[in-house]
Amino acid sequence: MAKIIVVTSGKGGVGKTTTSASFATGLAMRGHKTAVIDFDVGLRNLDLIMGCERRVVFDFVNVIHGEATLRQALIKDKQHDNLFILAASQTRDKDALTADGVGRVLDELAKDFDYIVCDSPAGIEKGAHLAMYYADEALVVTNPEVSSVRDSDRVLGLLASKTRRAETGNGRVKEHLVLTRYNPARVQKGEMLSVDDVREILAIPLLGVIPESPAVLSSSNAGVPVIANKDSDAGRAYEDLVARFLGEPREHRFIAPEKKGLLGRLFGT
Amino acid sequence: MDWLKFFRSEPKNTASIAKERLKVVVAHQREGRTNGPAYLPKLREELLLVVRKYVQVPDSAVHIHVQREAGLEVLEMNITLPETS
Repeated sequence: MAKIIVVTSGKGGVGKTTTSASFATGLAMRGHKTAVIDFDVGLRNLDLIMGCERRVVFDFVNVIHGEATLRQALIKDKQHDNLFILAASQTRDKDALTADGVGRVLDELAKDFDYIVCDSPAGIEKGAHLAMYYADEALVVTNPEVSSVRDSDRVLGLLASKTRRAETGNGRVKEHLVLTRYNPARVQKGEMLSVDDVREILAIPLLGVIPESPAVLSSSNAGVPVIANKDSDAGRAYEDLVARFLGEPREHRFIAPEKKGLLGRLFGT
Repeated sequence: MDWLKFFRSEPKNTASIAKERLKVVVAHQREGRTNGPAYLPKLREELLLVVRKYVQVPDSAVHIHVQREAGLEVLEMNITLPETS
């Protein structure tokens, strides 16, 4: 039986799609058959981050409406044989998604896949609601910044009440904190909320800290998930995150600032 | 002129301000979030035990739903029994 994981945040621009792409790719790299679905109908972007935008023929909405089969709509990743992308529709709006339709597609995927990653749109409207509704686990992507933390807390409230698990009284969605765009140097200066601050406020287990990194932009420029960039800090942080998700203990890295020499401190930026 | 910073006064710790503000906002946000009374999970567990004295049902057979409508709280319980063979 497949495990369904929603990547959500409430706030936009915090790194949901970046995280979805790298998380799904990481699971596939470790040999798990994985599908990643873009729920942001009307504003699809996962295809761009995954570098498959020119191969989108059919999308999620087409499958829900029976205009294409799942097999036709799933895009196989070029690097990983066991990774598939289901793009969002660009021409429809969020009302094109229905709870029944989403449920049917997920059921069909579940027969064949180990993991299904749902990339939620920002906000708490229909698209975001349906992305989390069927989830078994949730990655709550948060920036160390006040509006993002508040929105994440709001989303945690929804995960505890507006999901299938909550509604049927069948356990709860397992929550994981993913702290992105973390800048340890600024934390040390007291300019940014620390990992411990955010953990204390949201009170959910920490899965990973992704440092603010130029590699994230250069990877999205190239259409390759940043986890594939093994020389980058963000790429390695995502790799750790996936390992931890799969139950392998890993120390948290990139949460302390890099040490600068005296010259660096005097003349550095 | 990075070295000049050594002589300037320490900037305010804005992160701690952020944390304090968030604590207030989040506490406020969480009021009324609790999904039904706290005894619900226990009630569900005990119900399952009682039902199982008579019929073997899976964990997912008991559904509990709390609804609030205009000051009225409705506790709805649904127990799905297995089909009799």
